[in-house]
Amino acid sequence: MEYDKVVTTTAWSPGPGCHGGCGVKLYIKDGKVVKAEGDETHPFNQGRACPRLLALTQYMYHPDRITYPLKRVGKRGEGKFERISWEEALDTIEAKLGKIKEESGPESVLFCQGTGRDIGGPISFLAYSYGSPNWIQLGLAGHSCYTPRLGAMMATYGDYSVLDAAQFSEKRYDDPDYKVPQIIMVWAQNPMPGCPDGFFGHWIVDCMKRGSKLIVIDPRWTWFASRAEKFLQIRPGTDGALAMAMINVIISEELYDKDFVEQWTEGFEELKHRAAEYTPQKVAEITWIPEEDIIESARMYALAKPAAIQWGVPIDKCPEGSTVAQAITHLWCLTGNLDVPGGNVIARPAYGVTTYPFSTQEMHELYGEEFVKNLNEKRIGANEFPMVRNFRGWAQPDLAVKQMFTGDPYPIKACWIQTSNILGGQAADTRLHYEALKRMDFVVVADLFHNPTTMAVADIILPVASTAEKESFRSWWVPLQVIVPAVEVGECRSDWEINLELAKRFNPELRKRYDTVKQLIDDRLKPAGITYDQLKEQGGWVMPPENSASRPYRRYEKGLLRPDGKPGFRTTSGKVEFASKSYQDWGLDPLPYYSEPPESEVRTPELFKKYPLVMVTGRRSSVFFHSEHRMIPWLRECDPYPIVEINPSVAGKMGIEDGEWIVIENDRGSIKRKAQVTPIVHPKVISVPHGWWLPEEDGREPNLYGIWDINCNNLVHIGPGAKSGYGGGAYKTALVRIRKANEAVE
Amino acid sequence: MGRKGLFIDYEYCTGCHTCEVACKQENNYPAGRWGIKVNEIILESFNKVEINYLPFPTELCNLCAARIKGGELPACVKHCQASCMKYGDLTDLVQAMEHKAKTVLFAPK
Repeated sequence: MEYDKVVTTTAWSPGPGCHGGCGVKLYIKDGKVVKAEGDETHPFNQGRACPRLLALTQYMYHPDRITYPLKRVGKRGEGKFERISWEEALDTIEAKLGKIKEESGPESVLFCQGTGRDIGGPISFLAYSYGSPNWIQLGLAGHSCYTPRLGAMMATYGDYSVLDAAQFSEKRYDDPDYKVPQIIMVWAQNPMPGCPDGFFGHWIVDCMKRGSKLIVIDPRWTWFASRAEKFLQIRPGTDGALAMAMINVIISEELYDKDFVEQWTEGFEELKHRAAEYTPQKVAEITWIPEEDIIESARMYALAKPAAIQWGVPIDKCPEGSTVAQAITHLWCLTGNLDVPGGNVIARPAYGVTTYPFSTQEMHELYGEEFVKNLNEKRIGANEFPMVRNFRGWAQPDLAVKQMFTGDPYPIKACWIQTSNILGGQAADTRLHYEALKRMDFVVVADLFHNPTTMAVADIILPVASTAEKESFRSWWVPLQVIVPAVEVGECRSDWEINLELAKRFNPELRKRYDTVKQLIDDRLKPAGITYDQLKEQGGWVMPPENSASRPYRRYEKGLLRPDGKPGFRTTSGKVEFASKSYQDWGLDPLPYYSEPPESEVRTPELFKKYPLVMVTGRRSSVFFHSEHRMIPWLRECDPYPIVEINPSVAGKMGIEDGEWIVIENDRGSIKRKAQVTPIVHPKVISVPHGWWLPEEDGREPNLYGIWDINCNNLVHIGPGAKSGYGGGAYKTALVRIRKANEAVE
Repeated sequence: MGRKGLFIDYEYCTGCHTCEVACKQENNYPAGRWGIKVNEIILESFNKVEINYLPFPTELCNLCAARIKGGELPACVKHCQASCMKYGDLTDLVQAMEHKAKTVLFAPK
């Protein structure tokens, strides 16, 4: 293929859509990207690429892409928009938001984002410059996406961890210090399609080729499950019970790492006592997993050296997700697999560079305690929920949507929505969020395509640059890397550019600090002692230095984790706390425990009689990222229909044929899906992929690209599900029934 | 020059569709045209479900002649996320099969 030049950059957000990290090469001809390939010199993906990256040109140059600012000219939902200039768009937003701030206070505007994009920086910057504490993933019940897991790790040992696939080393698997995990426990995740939480999913396959054996915990037979030594086909939402039983086996059979537990942990006796309540026999009944499989898996994991756990978002979505995550965290601490080669290594961003302040601890460091304290006075959920107040600076979504109706304790007047298709994507109880957003005086959406959210509620739409068009950086564990603009498309601007410009209008002080986005990035990169241009010149990425706080291994022995430089962990006790002092201080149970899903055969047996199937939503697709990509021809043809997976025994009983459209329903409503009859799903469970809307259909109301017919979240209620404020949501545990589309219920 | 082929280790093919889209991009095929197509084989046997994927090079596959000429790997082989595809001389690839079970060899041209 002919091209003028090749631009080396990092993929993150619009385009592949994912949590980013891959090194890519963009081939440019006549000012257009004509091809996207993996960068074979990049340690993250080593030349590999996913279908979404390889379809980048179809995404960037799609005829439906929004390439200039729009304002609504008809009624909301009529789909009538008119082209406007950036100046008019920004002036309108400044004036409207300025007036709302004056009349109702800055807290009455919600700044809404979707999943882990190149967005945390820009959106928090804007929200705080405007003066609102309400930075939020609106619609995400229980804020159940990684935050509960992160909170549990932070509360246990003052840091975060990830499975060690040698990603912290330039040499990767050839690094002499690295060891491949003997056992990988893949817990509630199929990491290959989506590369979640900054983890390239196929790294697990790399490990398998180098000898790793698998234990897989999932309600569905995944590809990993089919290749596992042990597959535990779990009842959705009961992962907490399983983790406690495993802890019980490991402690009672004395399979834990005695040296590590003695020297580096505290609270062992309390944990032992608590875990004893969860006998494998009792937990077998709770989880549907045979008792001997629980025992054998616990032994297998504990005896392997090293062993690692790769975990997924369903853990957050368990009731009390932050306690389930705590129990699983204890597994790698008990077995001495914390921060050892091939275990669960402590993950800090390279050189400590952060794109935005993340935990409250970091917020204190970056903004000062006074500022954070004031944020918490008005932040939605901070008074009700200890982890919202103390762990992460995000407003609580379940309370926020209620407040949009009640106006209590203060009214919500406007939403800024960026990288989030709330109505076609994450919002539990779609109708509730639709009605809540309709009540807003003003809604701005920054996005690349029209979707159900833009159509239903946007007053102004801002066109956003794809990953190939923006200047940015990525600092999510490793490596530290830059995103280099290769081309321009229409009048699209990056999230950073849009938000910095607006933030300056609300906070003139910023004008003095940052003329350009690049200056802001350079400021963030300071801990690494490098500038954007320097990093770009040296290939675009850098790994953390040897013997530093951001590079494994065994940093607790070397005194690299604590601010005082002493050995140990960044907790008040300096130890791994099996009974968490943080949880205790926050008014939560310091020890992990199990709680039953809000709807289930156990908790609501009457409802279960009426709705005998558990609906798990959210299984990932290799060709879509959440609600994106349904309009991309090369991708859609690989996964063309909104399906429902049904076990053959269930389908057979009901006379449902493979490929037939069926109805899924409960007291909250009904949707239609195309049946995929397959043994991979448990007979008591149906699996319904999320994020579906149909760009080929009418986007105007009442249709809104078909969301009322096919979006599974119509059947999922809003929380909150967890005492901490983080965790729960019924995305994995709503009870439903199914019937043929042309049959009424008897 | 001996015949060239595609070696696929289907123990590790995860069915991620990368090879399909890599091929479409390389050849600028419209949707509906496939130079390689991943087949899914799901079987229930006793208490286990067997899940396998196998990419099949179609009549359109020319083993990325232009890329090979430029010293590059075929687009599917380069981007395969499971790194389970190889391109090379059939005689060498047969050797690779000697050492690895659950593999197939295609000689599309």
